Amino acid sequence: MLARCGMKELRDLYSDVPDELKLKAPYNLPAEMSETEVRGFFNNLAKDNKNISVCFAGGGFYDHYVPAAATSVIGRSEFLTAYTPYQPEISQGTLQYIFEYQTMMARLTGMDISNASMYDGATATAEAMMMAVASVRKRRRILVSATLNPAVRRVVDTYARYHQVEVNTIRELDGATDKEHLAGLLDTHSDVAGVILPLPNYYGIIEDYSGIADMVHARKALLIMNCIAADLATLRTPGEWGADIACGDAQSLGIPLSFGGPYLGFLCATKALMRKMPGRIVGATTDDKGRRSFVLTLQAREQHIRRDKATSNICSNQGLMTLYVSAYMSLLGTAGLREVAYRGHQTACYMLQSLTAAGGCRLKYPDRPFLNEFLLETECDIDTFIRRCIDEAGILPGIKVGDNCLLMAATEMQTRQNVDRLVEIYRSL
Amino acid sequence: MIRYSETHEYVRQEGEYGFIGVSDYAQKQLGNVVYVDMPEVGDEFEAGEEFGAIESVKAASDLISPVSGEVVEINEALEENPRLVNQDAIANWIVKIRLSDPSQLDGLMDEDAYRAFCEK
Amino acid sequence: MNRELYGKLVFEISRPGRRGYRLPDNHMEGNPIPDNGEKAPAIPGTLLRQTPLSLPECDELSVVRHYNNMSNNNFGVDTGFYPLGSCTMKYNPKINEEIAGHPMSAASHPATPAYASQGNLRLYHTLQRALSEIGGMAEFTLNPFAGAHGELTGLMVIRAYHDSRGDTGRRKVIVPDSAHGTNPASAAVAGLEVVEVKSRPDGTVDVDDLRPLLDSTVAAVMMTNPNTLGLFERNIPEIARLAHEAGALMYYDGANLNPMLGVARPGDMGFDVMHINLHKTFSTPHGGGGPGSGPVGVRAGLEQFLPNPRVEKFTESDGKETFRLTATETALGSISATLGNFAVQARALGYILSLGSEGLMQAGPLATLNANYVKECLKDDYLLPIDCICKHEFVFDGLKDKSTGVTTLNIAKRLLDHGYHAPTIYFPLLFHESLMIEPTETESKETLDDFIAVMHDIAREARETPEAVLSAPHNTPITHPDDTAAALNPVTTFDQLN
Repeated sequence: MLARCGMKELRDLYSDVPDELKLKAPYNLPAEMSETEVRGFFNNLAKDNKNISVCFAGGGFYDHYVPAAATSVIGRSEFLTAYTPYQPEISQGTLQYIFEYQTMMARLTGMDISNASMYDGATATAEAMMMAVASVRKRRRILVSATLNPAVRRVVDTYARYHQVEVNTIRELDGATDKEHLAGLLDTHSDVAGVILPLPNYYGIIEDYSGIADMVHARKALLIMNCIAADLATLRTPGEWGADIACGDAQSLGIPLSFGGPYLGFLCATKALMRKMPGRIVGATTDDKGRRSFVLTLQAREQHIRRDKATSNICSNQGLMTLYVSAYMSLLGTAGLREVAYRGHQTACYMLQSLTAAGGCRLKYPDRPFLNEFLLETECDIDTFIRRCIDEAGILPGIKVGDNCLLMAATEMQTRQNVDRLVEIYRSL
Repeated sequence: MIRYSETHEYVRQEGEYGFIGVSDYAQKQLGNVVYVDMPEVGDEFEAGEEFGAIESVKAASDLISPVSGEVVEINEALEENPRLVNQDAIANWIVKIRLSDPSQLDGLMDEDAYRAFCEK
Repeated sequence: MNRELYGKLVFEISRPGRRGYRLPDNHMEGNPIPDNGEKAPAIPGTLLRQTPLSLPECDELSVVRHYNNMSNNNFGVDTGFYPLGSCTMKYNPKINEEIAGHPMSAASHPATPAYASQGNLRLYHTLQRALSEIGGMAEFTLNPFAGAHGELTGLMVIRAYHDSRGDTGRRKVIVPDSAHGTNPASAAVAGLEVVEVKSRPDGTVDVDDLRPLLDSTVAAVMMTNPNTLGLFERNIPEIARLAHEAGALMYYDGANLNPMLGVARPGDMGFDVMHINLHKTFSTPHGGGGPGSGPVGVRAGLEQFLPNPRVEKFTESDGKETFRLTATETALGSISATLGNFAVQARALGYILSLGSEGLMQAGPLATLNANYVKECLKDDYLLPIDCICKHEFVFDGLKDKSTGVTTLNIAKRLLDHGYHAPTIYFPLLFHESLMIEPTETESKETLDDFIAVMHDIAREARETPEAVLSAPHNTPITHPDDTAAALNPVTTFDQLN
């Protein structure tokens, strides 16, 4: 092969690279390993993790049942090892599952359309913010509820800072968005492009957003809702609240926790905003023999054509994860999603009652309804509680919020016995 | 009277109004137009400001206003059928504006100058 | 595949009442609840979903068959040769899938306290160090989710650096006209203005055109090296010197890092900030458009601007190594809610460990050899506008014989008939008929020879029976989908289809 290139040795291929730039020694990295050794390396790493088999932590990411069939189909290497479907003739598999995903997400959120995914819920929310700024002329202010997940808020703030967007916080009142403060901010500022509200909020509370869409639309601003995807099978949807954009993380729809990723950001909107959507979108059409076909469409919005005028810089997203979610929803259906939500609610209620019966703790916001996650205020030493649950029972009891609160979530994966064990440790503190 | 900009928009003056669209040369370069993003009636633009965008399947271009003014009408027919631009780019204007400074047209190219500009 | 039987959408195979799941028993039904505890507030009906939700109702076998049949209409690296330029479609070793699904990480919640997830954090830190060694950088963050996200993060690092010095007037990024469209798009998202610098006829940056652009308003010069034509920018030391003299930083787009493995490091070329696409250079699967991972590295002196949270190693008083999550005020902020696509990071570390130092040293040169071999074998039939040594990829400007009427698009579609994925077409924008080929190092000589033979066949067909090429593809699952109709009247959900 070298001879065909008119060369004698491999280094001749780099005669155009100045010598002073070239590596003088091999990388300071370990020598090659066999598969068995690689497997051993990762098994050893695993031993450094504490064994946690019961997870009451949420905060936007939940321990749900992952059907074996979903894991199986995403492992198909024709899906796994494909690139973005630029050649529709040999990418109908990828294009079709994205089309199915778009349909399911639009139905779930109650919106008209969905894109083919964003990175995660936090970046999807930041993109929704930029979409609002791009859609409403000459306005660069966004109002964000104080009850939004702080991890999402941090990402929104970062994007806003560099994208020259002003972010104001809507105060919270007893664990929910202060509607009067929102009205006041809308009165004070005539340059609000969008309002971001959580569904449910960081404390697990299902807020009542009656009247807000009208208030926001009267000022020609857009209403954006950051949602936990799985909950929308049960809760009033962004579409039903009158939102213009629904976004958030779809990890709750069957994606394994994987210590933070890959997850799946979703972004859905009204049809009016279709041309402002960032990211890829799949559309249906027909081929020259009249066969139903799927293609990437509305590509003129995207970075590879619009360059610095594109709605967003997103290219590769979380394509394969849309297959996870589509397969999950196809296996569970509406009944399954509602059963999952019901069981999570049932176990969360039992956990709240059992813990409060033990004393020294209470629901932080007692009158606010929740689905499967709640904020517990307690006098106990939370760090000690978390550590003992992990060390003694392999239970992650929740996420510490402030000095004296614990954010706790339940799903269909935890049992009465798991809760009882947790309460036993709590009682013994 | 019709005048052209270097970004391939035209403005056709009728009294105090100007009809703005893209040139025949521009529509040919774009190919099949699939969408025209138009402003709202009442929006005001300065000369050189972006007022919308025009998209084909594989290309997109910002619409830059050659003159200043206030939008008094948009060509709603393009919402239903954007390909009208391909059929006759001059007849199918995109926005009608009230010209705030008709003398701005003097700084634009006439048809001959524009033809020469495109051939360069 | 039988399209009648299996060509349906999942909504069309749904039948009321079917289900493909069974949830575990939580032992709540029929058991007492302590009545002296606090009861959960009732959820008012107005806060519940008002309209029924319609999702598919399917049994497990139908779902599995549905997706497996769809996969038969898909082409991946595991199906066949995928010479897609600038995408580095190398083989994705299977051991890494096993690692990614390791129960250690699969069930691990991102909010697990650091002391209980030392293995995960060690994995993250080990990869962070390995990438620093390969990139010639001081530190890396693995948080960015994809290459474009890495670019955005890197540009934010650069803005945070200038801002920290009170140098707030730097709002321009200089980008070569041959750059990927993502570069200018990322700059715009980061609030920066793009200034294009011209290429010389050989595709490299014109230093004379660059020099006058560099002033106190420039934040960074963003480059891909080798560039999008697959050519090494020989003047990179000079470009870096000029940029640094003007107070700007050098950004390395790692999209084309693969041929530099074992040869040269971006840090040694004078770059200050870089990103790496783990799904290109480090063989994690592309997944039909993600999930990827776009770690960002910085030279010494810029670490404090990397996004929160960071994973850092500490040595305890007893000499034991521990890993902690840290956050600083000087950081650019956060660009993710978690530590990024952890399961993708795990695969990349598996790849690095499998190849080891020696293997990685060979990867770049072999990728370059494969590309040059294909180029030399095909340049008799295909027009090579810049005839010199390329790196991992090269660009033809269509067929040499321009009289046939056969375009790059036709050639690409004809390749599909022969069981190959198409090269990247109509990019870069420097030529009218760009056809960009990147074979990668994981392909054998036999595969390359077969591909070369097919490319010669297509060139011969173009001369003798051009109709066969002009009307391609012929035997793909679909042929000539109507893109214009799709864009004119977008149908993006099943509900719009009916």
